[in-house]
Amino acid sequence: MEATEAMTVIGADGGSNGYDPGLSKEELLYCYRTMLLVRAFDDTCMKLQRSGRIGFSIPNLGVEGMQVGAATALRKDDWIFPCYRNFGMALYHGVKPVEMMHNMYGNAQDSARGRQMPVHFSFVDPIHWVSISSPIGTHIPQAVGAARAFQVRGEDRVALTTFGDGGTSSLGFHSGLNFAGVWKAPVVFLCQNNGYAISCSSEKQTASESYAIKGKAYGVPGVKVDGNDLLAVRRAVCEAVDKARAGDGPTLIEAETFRMGGHSTSDDPTRYVPKELVEKWAAKDPVDRFERYLGKRGIWKQGDRERIYGECMQEVADAAKVAQSTDAPGLETIFSDVYAELPEHLRRQGRAAFDLAARRGDAAAGGGAFPL
Amino acid sequence: MANLTLVQAVNDGLATVMRDDPSVIVFGEDVGPKGGVFLATENLTKEFGEQRCFDTPLSEDGIIGTAIGMAMNGLRPVAEIQFQDFIFPAFDQIVSEAAKLRYRSGGQYTAPMVIRTPYGGGIRGGLYHSQSGEAYFCHTPGLKVVIPSTPHDAKGLLIAAIQDPDPVLFMEPKALYRSVKGEVPEGLYTVDLSTLRTVQAGDDVTVFCYGAMVPVAMKAAAKAAEQGIGVHVVDLRTLLPLDEEGVLEAAKRTGRVVVVHEAPRFCGYGSEISALIAENVIEYMEAPVKRVTGFDTPFPNTLEHHYMPDERRVLDAIEQVHSF
Repeated sequence: MEATEAMTVIGADGGSNGYDPGLSKEELLYCYRTMLLVRAFDDTCMKLQRSGRIGFSIPNLGVEGMQVGAATALRKDDWIFPCYRNFGMALYHGVKPVEMMHNMYGNAQDSARGRQMPVHFSFVDPIHWVSISSPIGTHIPQAVGAARAFQVRGEDRVALTTFGDGGTSSLGFHSGLNFAGVWKAPVVFLCQNNGYAISCSSEKQTASESYAIKGKAYGVPGVKVDGNDLLAVRRAVCEAVDKARAGDGPTLIEAETFRMGGHSTSDDPTRYVPKELVEKWAAKDPVDRFERYLGKRGIWKQGDRERIYGECMQEVADAAKVAQSTDAPGLETIFSDVYAELPEHLRRQGRAAFDLAARRGDAAAGGGAFPL
Repeated sequence: MANLTLVQAVNDGLATVMRDDPSVIVFGEDVGPKGGVFLATENLTKEFGEQRCFDTPLSEDGIIGTAIGMAMNGLRPVAEIQFQDFIFPAFDQIVSEAAKLRYRSGGQYTAPMVIRTPYGGGIRGGLYHSQSGEAYFCHTPGLKVVIPSTPHDAKGLLIAAIQDPDPVLFMEPKALYRSVKGEVPEGLYTVDLSTLRTVQAGDDVTVFCYGAMVPVAMKAAAKAAEQGIGVHVVDLRTLLPLDEEGVLEAAKRTGRVVVVHEAPRFCGYGSEISALIAENVIEYMEAPVKRVTGFDTPFPNTLEHHYMPDERRVLDAIEQVHSF
């Protein structure tokens, strides 16, 4: 399948084109709830950031549909190599909001022990969500390598990697797609084309007629899908995953969507995004659209959104409370996990840091605001 | 025991560890049927098949990026970068990814992998087939940097590096690939990382060196011996993490130190050795530390023999610190 027009399943009015998603009523409602959980997490983090409780967050408003739609196509033994604007996929697979909140606070319970910025999650359970890196595109060839390992062992597992439109300009995009094409690796490349890479719009990113078509020259089929249509994304990713599991190689999927908020809590998108564009995309909101679909299927009724969103807000608030009352990581975590075993020079540096703190008190935390 | 060149010892090390551990795979540019441009991977595809020793596209970023993914997912990749001069497209993968993965995931994800790469001058390779980039990588917490100088160490250190749980940059002195030969035990053995090797003991001047500079230092030491100067020659062999205690002991032994490397001087590895000594054992020192290094210029082609430290320059430095 190769299309220049984005594939759609759910129409603007909520009607479907007849595609059977193969999901039960409970599963469909779980998708809906997960999107609202992403919103609740974002809304809470925005407040926590504005009140100075956490330093930074990455909003997902507008892109929740593609996250959840893609997540439905994966099994728990598949691996996700994510970019930072994608944590709806982790929530869908059962990562608890409190585990994410530990990272937002950078506390002692954070899997990264507070070493990373917020939103740079790492999980191995209930699904492999590979530790996020800030450099753009470096994880793309890594996903191909992990897929190659599945292939070598003869396993029918896949690696799925997500990146933004800006990520397609990176070195890793090129090398990742090139290697995957040559190796026929069981990997799915999912491009979240959300219109902007921080403040740079698509026409500043590429002269290509689409991102999907970039796969062609690597021998990787490219598919364009309506990223605000949860079921269309599910369909495209399921097809790509099935193909990868069957040993038929990689697929590049471009999910056309729009980042309704800023790049992060530190960014003001009104400085560079035209108002009309935001209005145009607001009418395509993925949650509204899926809600209309559920309504037509008789699964959704008035009041459900408020009730479910309220439950999600409570769950996230509870998570934030736990994370906030968890201690900061100990000074020793600066020195651990650099190597499997603590080398002598780090043991000495660690001792000196403890000794200085004992003699002269702890270092004072800075109050700097992150600029991006 | 077999009498092997350094590159044959590398080849033997790879074959030995591949027989022992089926998760070890070897790949890079031209490493497959051709056996690598220096033949370090000769016959591996023949013995182990295309699944375990194979050619990749010409992309250092892709080689190291995919190696990291394989390493975190249960394989033990040994990736070759054809010349260390070409490693820089993969610098981001090495420095930002492989070296930091354990730290940034609290140990949930790790990258146990080896990057083998020939480095250094002496083959008339000019700017881009001669460089010694170890200092860039020694500034990278989470990475290990190993440089052998003998066939015995090349095999033993390589196997130790492949079995190590952390990413190791294994830099092979290409000038020594065929110019040194030595006894190499058969089968699996390791030389511990982060240990020094005393090449010869002496009481007057200590010379720290590694890789292709070890035989150069030994020639200078032989000349110094003719004048009655006893030179203590130490092969550092693992630059990161360094056996700092061992370095300080060897420095204290004579109180007179020369550090030799091919790489440029400014912020080179010798700077670290010099600072380590100044900070910790200056009261034992009888003379300022002297560095013998490449110049702070790009690596020249025709005049490479002037650029690279040789017996003359090392002997000159030994005499200077001895008579200080």
